[in-house]
Amino acid sequence: MQPAVLVEDLEKRFPGSAAPALADLAARIPAGRITGLVGPDGAGKTTLMRLIAGLLHPSRGRIRVLGHDTVAEPDAVHALIGYMPQRFGLYEELSVLENLRLYAELRGLARGARKATFERLLAFTGLASFTSRRAGALSGGMKQKLGLACALLETPNVLLLDEPSVGVDPLSRRELWSMVEELRSAGTTILWSTAYLDEAERCDEVLLLNEGRLLFAGPPGALKDMMRGRTIMVRDPRANRRALLRRALEVPGVIDGVVQGRAIRLVLGKGVPPPEPHLLGASAAAEIRPDTPRFEDAFIDRLGGGPGGHSPLAAAMPAITHGSETVVTVEGLTKRFGTFTAADGVSFSIRRGEIFGLLGPNGAGKSTLFRMMCGLLTPTAGRARVAGLDLATAGGRARARIGYMAQKFSLYGSLSVRQNLEFFSGAYNLRGRHRRRTIRAMIDIFHLAPHLDMEAGLLPLGFKQRLALACAVMHQPDVLFLDEPTSGVDPLTRREFWTHINGLVEKGVTVVVTTHFMDEAEYCDRLALIYRGRLIAEGTPDALKLAARSEDRPDPTLEDAFIALIRAEDANGERAVA
Amino acid sequence: MWHRIRALVIKEFLAVLRDKRSRLVLVGPPLFQLLIFALAATLDVKNVAIAILDKDGGPAAIELALRVAGAPAFSHIEMVHSEAELGEAIDRQDAIAAIHIDRQFSRDVLAGRPATVQVILDGRRSNAAQIVLGYIQTILSDYSDDLAARRGIPRPAVTIARNWFNPNLIYSWFTVPGLVAILTMLIGFMVTALSVARERELGTFDQLLVSPLSPFEILVGKMVPATVIGIAEGSFMLVMAITVFAIPLTGDVLLLYFALFVFVLSVVGLGLFVSSLAMTQQQAILGGFVVLSPAVLLSGFATPVENMPSWLQTLTMANPLRHMIVISRGVFLKDMPFEAMLPSLWPMAVIGAVTLLAAGLLFRARLE
Repeated sequence: MQPAVLVEDLEKRFPGSAAPALADLAARIPAGRITGLVGPDGAGKTTLMRLIAGLLHPSRGRIRVLGHDTVAEPDAVHALIGYMPQRFGLYEELSVLENLRLYAELRGLARGARKATFERLLAFTGLASFTSRRAGALSGGMKQKLGLACALLETPNVLLLDEPSVGVDPLSRRELWSMVEELRSAGTTILWSTAYLDEAERCDEVLLLNEGRLLFAGPPGALKDMMRGRTIMVRDPRANRRALLRRALEVPGVIDGVVQGRAIRLVLGKGVPPPEPHLLGASAAAEIRPDTPRFEDAFIDRLGGGPGGHSPLAAAMPAITHGSETVVTVEGLTKRFGTFTAADGVSFSIRRGEIFGLLGPNGAGKSTLFRMMCGLLTPTAGRARVAGLDLATAGGRARARIGYMAQKFSLYGSLSVRQNLEFFSGAYNLRGRHRRRTIRAMIDIFHLAPHLDMEAGLLPLGFKQRLALACAVMHQPDVLFLDEPTSGVDPLTRREFWTHINGLVEKGVTVVVTTHFMDEAEYCDRLALIYRGRLIAEGTPDALKLAARSEDRPDPTLEDAFIALIRAEDANGERAVA
Repeated sequence: MWHRIRALVIKEFLAVLRDKRSRLVLVGPPLFQLLIFALAATLDVKNVAIAILDKDGGPAAIELALRVAGAPAFSHIEMVHSEAELGEAIDRQDAIAAIHIDRQFSRDVLAGRPATVQVILDGRRSNAAQIVLGYIQTILSDYSDDLAARRGIPRPAVTIARNWFNPNLIYSWFTVPGLVAILTMLIGFMVTALSVARERELGTFDQLLVSPLSPFEILVGKMVPATVIGIAEGSFMLVMAITVFAIPLTGDVLLLYFALFVFVLSVVGLGLFVSSLAMTQQQAILGGFVVLSPAVLLSGFATPVENMPSWLQTLTMANPLRHMIVISRGVFLKDMPFEAMLPSLWPMAVIGAVTLLAAGLLFRARLE
């Protein structure tokens, strides 16, 4: 059968950058299937999409879409494809319907056909009851659905979706997937790009990209099968799981590991038998059982394994023993914007040396809560105390005890790496020899030396991540606030990041984190699920999973738990209304 | 505290000066604008055309026409032959003014009777036409003085004008000291107006607010570099004014610098105030237009403040540019002493204090 897209001997270079964005790429994207274009940020996913859409020309090689060359016959290609870029060009000031009308006009959709098409797409995307809402007021998931509707106006043969699930909560993500699966059954070819490796498992075919090169092409199961027998779960009721992971990652033969609720999950090198508990530093009570392999395991294996378990950052930090046991107290925290209640009477407390995760769908109010805790937003009612102080009114001395790392890279992009380190160390009261020594240590720990004079904004994403963490912890904070710290970052950097965080927590640092990544949530000691401004569930990851266990789902994932809890809350709400 | 402020000041300087393009923006456009504005913003009338309708043709009429043609302000004399042609020359803006010399002109002049000429002016260009009329009147009165002298008639009372402070009424002496103030304000304002808004947009402002830096420290950290850059910009303009435009600096340079310092502080305050209101850079730029264009129009740079309605004159007190232009012209042209400066200095100090205070309060208040 003819492939929908045929990529031959492709190379793409951008002027001014030494390494090619894509190199030696040959691939076939089969018709009528969902193909996942998977890889971390900067792997070349968007470049490949734009090349297929005919928006860029290859430096070498060629691409054919259903037999049409993207360079020679761009018009034919444009007629066949629908393209939804990463940030779809929705006009935020226009309503849902006005956006649809505008795109129908731009695409030259016949007037007579519009009404029926709009109705079909609005029903398909579940946006029918929001037609008059401003696009800017939609949640992240709904924006993506509207973007998808606009891309589907002409029923394309090939649909290119560039990271449709970024910033979308698990619930909306599932809905997007079922929409795409419906399109597939209607015969559409779909190319779905993503940095979430777990999404690869839902695709029929996968193209795995890393640094512009194709690591794997084929069905995701084939890649996972290679990892069969190499993944184990270790549950040790007597050991601290973070310490256990740290030790296990240093054991030869263990190539990767993550915290998984109460247990740790390890990936073993090829041909390595499951180790004895004592070799991992676990107690005799430890239970080791095999686990099903995941796509991410295979990816890490291809890249030669994850980082070790030792954190030089944590080693350089003094242990925190001072202060009270309860570090953060949130009491009846409420925030109203006009008539809208973004946070509604939320209370919880966080102990010293705990990782506390805030989860919730887009627009549920977790960012509002987070910002109130950091003192960036004044609560309407209630209070948040960090180390006994309200950060919004407390002086600089109190703020010097917290570290903060924002969602987007929010260091000074036009300053060099060294200048960023110097500024933040100065702003956090470091001076003299201590300051110089700390900066030196950060450069060594995060391997920043080769990039010191580079503009921070031009750093590769992984290094930005490291620099941001360095700037947030240089002053040895007691509490660390992380707002979606690793979104878009490749799995290796994410592992390294959590190794540092785990190390810091063992030293007594308290961590508050918001996240959309379920594997990040697994690292947390406790999770709070925020929905419609309220705290609807709180507990350890395992406890939340347990609460969602049912007959047809005996072993739910955290994502299943997340969705089940939100559905239950919706059902509750409906009952209350009825 | 000072260590933190120092870190912030260094960071602010780097943020503005590290980038080659933004360094260029600080020097290139102001220089360009100074040159352009100094040449363009002039009320001297030069290179205009005059139409002459000579129905007389006598020697006196010809002499008058030659005198007009010889005036340096008029580049071109168009001789027209009928009222219709004259009307058309004005209509098509071929000429800004027309001189209509009547049939009896030479006869009246020879007979020693009062002779009249008609001058028709293009009222659409009222300002320039007024000035042209003045030139023509001068030519006419010179001519009649000469006629009187030829006949040995003693001349009546004569005015002799002496222009103090600017003896030759060179227009750039008037505009350039004002431009020095305007361009300093432009740069000082834009550097600060964008700074907080940019940080808010990029998320780095949150980063500052959660750090030990207090709003006061952030304020000082933002103020110092902008003030230094503003004063450097002002100095650059001063040097250009003295060297390139040869404007005499009659007053005390130190006094001028003191006033410049107070002025830049008030501009920085205004910029930070606008910036702390804005959530994005786009809003800050729009805010800049809202402040800058009225500030220039109501500054007395082009039109005297005294010509404005009295309520508007009161309003211009809140415009630092108005005060600085008074001081700049004063120190440049008439050796303004400190006491004479005071009425212009204290309003700028008040503007600076109020806006800086408001900006500092708004840093946090914008968090709701």
